[in-house]
Amino acid sequence: MKKQFVGTPVERVEDLRLITGKGRFTGDLRPDGSWTAHFLRSPLAHARWSKVDASSAKAMPGVHAVFSFDDLPPYLRDKPFPLLVPNAEIRQPLTFTTLANHEACYVGEPVAVIVADSREIAEDAAELIFVDYEVLGIANDCRDAAKPDAPPAHLSSKNNVAAVMNLNVGDAAKAMSEAPHKLHDTYFQHRGCGQAMEGRAVLAVHDPLNDRLSVWSAAQAPYMVRTIVGAMLGLDDTKLRVVAPDVGGGFGPKGIVYHEEVVVAWLAMELNHPVTWSEDRHEQCTATGQERDQYAEADVAFDDEGRLLAVNVSVIHDIGAYLPWGVITPWIGATTLPGPYVLPNYHMDLTITVTNKVPCVPLRGNGRPQAVFVMERLMDRIAQHLDKDPAAVRELNMIKPEQMPYKVGLTGRDNRPVTYDSGDYPGCQRMALDQANYSTFKERQRKAREEGRYLGIGIGNEVETTGLGPHEGATVRVLSSGKIAVFTGAAAQGQGHATVLTQVAADAFGTDLDQIEVFAADTALFPNGVGTFASRVAVNAGSAVHNASAKLRDQVLQLAADQMGIPSEEIAILAGKVKVKDEAAGRIGDGKPKEIPFAKLLLMSNGIPGYAATGHGNPGLSATDYFSPPQATYSNGTHVVELEVDAETGLVQILRYIVGHDCGKVLNPLIVRGQIQGAVAHGVGNALYESMYYDEHAQPQTNTLEEYLLPAVLDVPAVEIVQMESPTPLNPLGIKGAGESGTIAAAAAIIAAIENALQPFAIKISRCPLQAEHIVDMITRSKLEAQETESSVEA
Amino acid sequence: MSTAKIPLTKIENPEKTRVVTLTVNGLHYSVETTTRTTLASFLREELRLTGTHIGCAHGVCGACTVMMDGQSVRSCLMFAVQAHGHDILTVEGLSKEGELTPLQACFRAHHALQCGYCTPGFLITLTDFLTHNPDPTEKEVRQALTGNLCRCTGYKNIVDAALDAAKRMRANAEAAA
Repeated sequence: MKKQFVGTPVERVEDLRLITGKGRFTGDLRPDGSWTAHFLRSPLAHARWSKVDASSAKAMPGVHAVFSFDDLPPYLRDKPFPLLVPNAEIRQPLTFTTLANHEACYVGEPVAVIVADSREIAEDAAELIFVDYEVLGIANDCRDAAKPDAPPAHLSSKNNVAAVMNLNVGDAAKAMSEAPHKLHDTYFQHRGCGQAMEGRAVLAVHDPLNDRLSVWSAAQAPYMVRTIVGAMLGLDDTKLRVVAPDVGGGFGPKGIVYHEEVVVAWLAMELNHPVTWSEDRHEQCTATGQERDQYAEADVAFDDEGRLLAVNVSVIHDIGAYLPWGVITPWIGATTLPGPYVLPNYHMDLTITVTNKVPCVPLRGNGRPQAVFVMERLMDRIAQHLDKDPAAVRELNMIKPEQMPYKVGLTGRDNRPVTYDSGDYPGCQRMALDQANYSTFKERQRKAREEGRYLGIGIGNEVETTGLGPHEGATVRVLSSGKIAVFTGAAAQGQGHATVLTQVAADAFGTDLDQIEVFAADTALFPNGVGTFASRVAVNAGSAVHNASAKLRDQVLQLAADQMGIPSEEIAILAGKVKVKDEAAGRIGDGKPKEIPFAKLLLMSNGIPGYAATGHGNPGLSATDYFSPPQATYSNGTHVVELEVDAETGLVQILRYIVGHDCGKVLNPLIVRGQIQGAVAHGVGNALYESMYYDEHAQPQTNTLEEYLLPAVLDVPAVEIVQMESPTPLNPLGIKGAGESGTIAAAAAIIAAIENALQPFAIKISRCPLQAEHIVDMITRSKLEAQETESSVEA
Repeated sequence: MSTAKIPLTKIENPEKTRVVTLTVNGLHYSVETTTRTTLASFLREELRLTGTHIGCAHGVCGACTVMMDGQSVRSCLMFAVQAHGHDILTVEGLSKEGELTPLQACFRAHHALQCGYCTPGFLITLTDFLTHNPDPTEKEVRQALTGNLCRCTGYKNIVDAALDAAKRMRANAEAAA
């Protein structure tokens, strides 16, 4: 009986090396005698200078070189990095320069690089570099920065508006003017840092024997690194190899290309010596992209039942000092906002503002948590206004399964109409509510209040674009050992891609998992890849492995048929060999093999010198497929949170956390559940803890993990995950992405639950993160207002 | 407009060295290293034991946790010279002759790791904890892990792995008795 691995919770193939200390992270790869780079970074949010005096630093023992902008060769000075995702609406396509060109626009922007025997020596040397900084005007809060008279974040800019965009479905203004009920609210949201446990890291080695530069980078998109490093250094991909080895978490911020990759690559060539660089935690907080502030003014119109008539939202988004990913984050948010609901009229305008802060880059969820927060808060507002159950108002508005595929009326980031392909949104919400014992919650809440405890429940729904194109590819090849190798460009940062790709290939060849080897994210081993973001790898690379495996099976069977002299339909592939099917065994001619191991088939396919080719002139057993999805596929989820708020301290204790989830066919339940649990943890951080604080000079105030609060083991609940499978018709495996759903609706659901718990204080919450002190402030203010009302009544 | 000035200072030679003699995973080492080298850097750079990772370098995340004389410590908060004469255990020393410890096996079985970067620290912390508390409650496991941060897993599977490992270790101990 053939084993089936897809859909089963197999243990990960990655784990053995990682639990025995044999992982190979970029910082672990340190050729003997390699030198360490360290970056002198701007201590000011906006400053210019005329000179960088590194003479004392260069004289320090153990220091090999110091470079600032003027020391770079012309090809690194003359052009900024290419813009990754161009958009016609971008007015200021600000991208990094290799090192800051006499002007720094955020604290942490690299001013100079020191190369020394060790990081310690390089840091000492950095202290000796003199820069005559002149402080410039600062664009700090994005609302102020958007104003016409605000100091520009870049001297070359007239204002701080990077882009003004809008999108429309129907006629929101008209619907709004005719609606029986209207509400208005203002929202503030902040996402924070990636804080992968491994910071960014780069190793570059120039190999003079092959005249090739190899770059190892803790990157989500090694092919993007190849593109940008190649473009900046003028290297074709024949001369440049980029590898993403084990990468210690990505979450988005490792999905762009930074100064350090280009500079370290150049240093290895320029100095003809291996050079490494590893980010420290302070640099992660200040020099790695993050998602920051977004303000939204929202109006909603609805009928007497609570049915949505129109939503009108005006957003100001802080994009930071540069736009390495263009304006993708707020744009994705804008197209995500309607979520699982029928929204006949929708208008959104976005003002995307440049500030003197580290650039905005996608962070797990990428703009979507902000959108979902607005929509879900509006749902709660409608329910409160009409005194209806918030779950019922949501269900009333949901797209029904029979409406699938459903056109939202928007154009997505993939330039295709936003069309939900499949799913049962009301069913998913009901499933989650049942698991949460939602119908009996009011009784639990009432009892708790009698004891002076504040229990609340909250709901958050999300629909997520996943599995975006343009493509990922895979080559599946028989090795001389008879094992099957899978080569793909898709990089992993802990998601277990190698395991699921192994499962897919093992099923195709009817073999055990240990007969499959996955080689990923090495540009020398596979020619093209896009990158790991947008929950897209299982969908794209998984489908590519599936399709390439099918092609290779055909090749193998055809070759076997030639050798056995029977039609290929009479041959089976199992456990590393081809074998005639039992019922056809009698038809095998004398002297013909009844079974052939893969290793032997490969030798036949490779051919015998001087003889005619076997295998139809297609030597080697190898097949490649690039999977290009016709459009994104949409996963969905419902979060239900029950929690208790301590009204004295503002501390929130999550009692139960339920996620109803649908990501189509599940390849490995262990991994999907792990993704959801981990993503919820990130969402808990977004709701309650994580915030990058800046002072009035745009100086970061949260520079360590003592100051920046990551959710720890006592903060994150065990998530109860209930799953349904609505396979997508858009790929052969029926799968949708699962990497971000757990984060996207978390803050919305948690904040709703806190508001629900604090009903007796009549508090409305329109922000996240909501830290304990915010809760205490709100309760205190509410009590004071109540006292004032009382005393004015008495008077 | 003001001008920010960075003072020029002379730094004394920080590259003083000492010979550190210690035991790591049962092997004796005597290595000359600079006095300011942390134990974490020493293990990684001098001994090339790169399983111990540096996550924050200020003692918050716990990725660098190693065992010194049977107690878990932060190797990023110690100088290598402070480990002189001591016995260190790192993640590389957990499994003997290729056989995973019950805790390691449970980490795999419960999907208690994703990227694996913080994992060595969790394994060492829990190895220490389970030695002292072979039959812990979930709450006790969570308390024991408050000094280890993980960005990938959301902790649940780590806690489950620890509880299952405790159970397996108790069963092993009973079988041996």
